[in-house]
Amino acid sequence: MTNFSDLLLLLVVLTDFWVLGTTRLSSVIRAAAVQGAILAALPVALHPGLSPHILGLGIGTLVVKAIVLPAFLHRAIREASVRREVEPVIGFTASLLIGAVAVALSFAIAQRLPLPESQTALLVPVALATVIVGLIVLTTRSKALTQVVGYLILENGIYVFGLSQAERVPFLVDLGVLLDVFVGVFIMGIVVFHINREFDSLSSARLTELKD
Amino acid sequence: MRLLSLLLLPLVAAAAAYAHRSAPFRNAWLLAAAATHLVVVASLWFVPSGSVLDDWLALDALGLVVLSVVTILFAVVALYAVGYLRTASPRGGRAFVSCLLGFLASTSLVALSHHLALLWVGMEATTLALAPLVYHRRDRRSLEAVWKYLVLSSVGIALALLGTFFLAAAQVEGRPLLVEDLVRTADTLQPSLLRAAFVFLLVGFGTKMGLAPLHAWKPDTYGEAPSLVGALMAGALTSCAFLGLARVAQVMSAAGQAAFMQPLLLAFGIFSLVVAAAFMIGQTDLKRLLAYSSVEHMGLLVLGLGLGGTGTYGTVLHVLNNGLTKGLMFLTVGNIVLVTGTAHAPSIRGVLRRAPVSGALLLAGLFAVTGSPPFGPFVSEFTILGAAIGQGHPWIGAIIVVLLAFIFVGMARPILEMLYGEPAESGTGARAGRLRQFGPAVLALLVLLLGVYLPRELREVLARATASLGGVVP
Repeated sequence: MTNFSDLLLLLVVLTDFWVLGTTRLSSVIRAAAVQGAILAALPVALHPGLSPHILGLGIGTLVVKAIVLPAFLHRAIREASVRREVEPVIGFTASLLIGAVAVALSFAIAQRLPLPESQTALLVPVALATVIVGLIVLTTRSKALTQVVGYLILENGIYVFGLSQAERVPFLVDLGVLLDVFVGVFIMGIVVFHINREFDSLSSARLTELKD
Repeated sequence: MRLLSLLLLPLVAAAAAYAHRSAPFRNAWLLAAAATHLVVVASLWFVPSGSVLDDWLALDALGLVVLSVVTILFAVVALYAVGYLRTASPRGGRAFVSCLLGFLASTSLVALSHHLALLWVGMEATTLALAPLVYHRRDRRSLEAVWKYLVLSSVGIALALLGTFFLAAAQVEGRPLLVEDLVRTADTLQPSLLRAAFVFLLVGFGTKMGLAPLHAWKPDTYGEAPSLVGALMAGALTSCAFLGLARVAQVMSAAGQAAFMQPLLLAFGIFSLVVAAAFMIGQTDLKRLLAYSSVEHMGLLVLGLGLGGTGTYGTVLHVLNNGLTKGLMFLTVGNIVLVTGTAHAPSIRGVLRRAPVSGALLLAGLFAVTGSPPFGPFVSEFTILGAAIGQGHPWIGAIIVVLLAFIFVGMARPILEMLYGEPAESGTGARAGRLRQFGPAVLALLVLLLGVYLPRELREVLARATASLGGVVP
């Protein structure tokens, strides 16, 4: 099954770039949903044997990351009637380039980390690259909603890294990841609604009253 | 059994309080839960409890120090909240009390967890429990505050999770992620993965603590949150976040990685002091001033830990002192804001005349928070300073002294100007009332006692906590 899981991991990287390069908010959310679906298949591909734990993790991931959260975010942009991300601080082309550098860097770092018996050599570099891409989206985009997606991507990266430990660390950790994404984004989603109502846009760049 | 009750009791009370439509019932649940929690923790001082749930929950000396700060602060804040809810009707109504109780449950979980993944879950729950309380007024400023708080804390906590996974990857023997097993098998931990884990956990828990440069959310959140929430955040939440970092430090020093860890801690500590000093000079908003003071004290905590030796003892003692002092300051400032109607220091004058009790408490709090004798923080700060000079870092000692002097000036000037002078004509005409003054008065007394006399039981617990972090008692 290694080939299949490698393929899935490469698809994760591709969706990272999809998020980095697109301007339409609906497209950003779709990218996150697709990535969620890939991540749901990943534990099943990595641990062939289909224990209830792995199966439950896959189904839970599918429901939260690929269905519920994207639907929630889609609703948020419908109600706010925003369509596009404004040109970010660091342009789209530039952030794609930074993303490419991040991927290269992640492979270099992962080679130097002495990780125990990982199922596939791609797992850790892809995880690190996704974490970095999430941070890039989170820090360079100005729409609150895109930042939420950036946070999701960051969490996805951590999830991929966690999969390398899925057999050793107990179920709780997987639960923690799902809970974190679900509740964290749920609350952030509520805040996004309020930002919309207060400021008539989904831009956190307008949140600049508090400063020294 | 008692350990589990510390978690379940607040949760049950939170659910019960939410179910009630009338405010007096909700207040009764809040007070009952706070009082029982306090009694159970007090009993744990004298009759220790064994670990439960396969050692996932246990109470060691370090956890006991943090848990005591949490329970004392919460009891005081619960009384204060009853007074607060009489005059204010924060958004959320029924949820307000339940969120407070949820916070008590999650901070207790952090204090009791010896499993680092469980500790992480508790830390995440504290963020979520307090978020609705920050957004208590439906306006732009509190919205901005809650947004920054949620985004930055969530990213911090996410990086802490990544660090926890790295720690799991570094471990080859023993039960995964249990502090005891990590410390016992520390020799077998994979060093480079352990270091990576430490860096991520330092950034993650450092964000929750509000160490500079990860403190951007702190002034805004503390400035906009109600004072009692500020007291819980600056006193209890930061202590819990520090406990998370201290657990990792336990593993690092057992694994012989102190030489890697200490310079990083020292750098964060000194930078936090620098940022606090720079932003406190000329700060006009009282709560933001306290937020930077919190950055300062978090910096002192990691400085002591980074110095090691007797500095570690200073840090453990400072957890106690800082937690109680921050509660005193925030609650008193809340009372003054109630009386004067503003937190803008230059428009407040003559507090000692208009509200003598709050004025006196603020004066005591000012001396305590700036580390002046005879209050507790003086002892702990002096221990940390002594460790810097005595253990071969005189230049760090010099930097600390200079920065603390700047901070003293930055803090004392606006507050002393507020206390004296003619009261302005305007004012809300409201009075703080006994419920709101009792808590800060108790805290002021405790902080004073800690500066004068440490009972034998307390000294023993502090010594054990220090030893578990690899430090020594002076």
